[in-house]
Amino acid sequence: MASATKPHSRPLSPHLQVYRLPLTAILSITHRITGIGLSLGLLLLTWWLVAGAYGQGPYETFQTVLTSWFGQLVLFGFSVALYFHLCNGIRHLFWDAGKGFEIGATQRANLIVLAAATVLTVLTWLLAI
Amino acid sequence: MVELSLPKNSQIKPGKSHKAAPGAKNIRNFKVYRYDPDTGDNPRLDTYEVDMDTCGPMVLDGLLKIKDEMDQTLTLRRSCREGICGSCAMNIDGRNTLACLKPIEECSGDVKVYPLPHMPVVKDLVPDLTHVYAQYASIEPWMKADTPAPPTAERKQSPEERAKLDGLWECILCFCCSTSCPSYWWNSDRYLGPAILLQAARWINDSRDEATGERLDNLEDPFRLYRCHTIMNCTQTCPKGLNPAKAIADIKMKMVERQG
Repeated sequence: MASATKPHSRPLSPHLQVYRLPLTAILSITHRITGIGLSLGLLLLTWWLVAGAYGQGPYETFQTVLTSWFGQLVLFGFSVALYFHLCNGIRHLFWDAGKGFEIGATQRANLIVLAAATVLTVLTWLLAI
Repeated sequence: MVELSLPKNSQIKPGKSHKAAPGAKNIRNFKVYRYDPDTGDNPRLDTYEVDMDTCGPMVLDGLLKIKDEMDQTLTLRRSCREGICGSCAMNIDGRNTLACLKPIEECSGDVKVYPLPHMPVVKDLVPDLTHVYAQYASIEPWMKADTPAPPTAERKQSPEERAKLDGLWECILCFCCSTSCPSYWWNSDRYLGPAILLQAARWINDSRDEATGERLDNLEDPFRLYRCHTIMNCTQTCPKGLNPAKAIADIKMKMVERQG
């Protein structure tokens, strides 16, 4: 019950629930998510190296898994994450140097990062297949 | 700390509907966040049918029309109605801005109005700003100089020195930027947020101020300054067109520069 001495605890106003995140913010959180994805993806790389060191049997197992449709899907995801994180990382270097903070520049850089990551991914897979 | 969902007492319930006067032809729905501290019930989203034929162009005009003609219990801060006092900062159509500068026409669909995000709500659209004001005080926003001022004249600046304050002095402390920043949402207990850091930059860049080193020392902290991750919501939402993200980057660069 309300009283003069003991007010109700104040509610927290909505945040993520109502905020329309600009593209720059979406790319920012994607940068984090892909970073986590890349750390997990390093396990793949480790497996590859360890399997190679262990000999033919384990290496063939690795080969089978990675060339399966699921393995290819994971690898595709890894390459997307890698190129996005790389391109957006370069943009962070510009920011660290104090450049590219105007709204127009930010929006252009959004598109450049997305385009570059897409082109690099597609090129890689075209060359790989 | 990152908490994606709202606490139990903050979840928004469906609210009341207020019809426009009969005969209104050009109706726009306003969906407005309501919280009544007297009942302590959960916040709700009320719908108001506003007759646009008799309403001014800005969202603030709509809100005041609601308060004047439909529901006097609606509570909001406003003063100058021309974007210089910063009182009517709120979340409109998913972005933070000043209700007095936001044309209703620019909103898509229903006009959705919430208080500034991730703040304790005093009532309806009025957030509790105690904490941000305390953070503002913590950067000591006044000129500090050991050198006495000339007895018969002001402390002088060259036009170039004065120009360094452009883009900083115009801030009206509406806190649209700080409350748009996810980093500030999760770490406002320790991170100062874009509005306060822009103010810090304003004093760091003032040629008449002699406490630059001390000011930088106070910001040299993993949270106070470095929780800025260049998400850029601050710059994109500032209703005065300022660039807090750039001001923060400027402070970060000064930190590096002074290490030599």
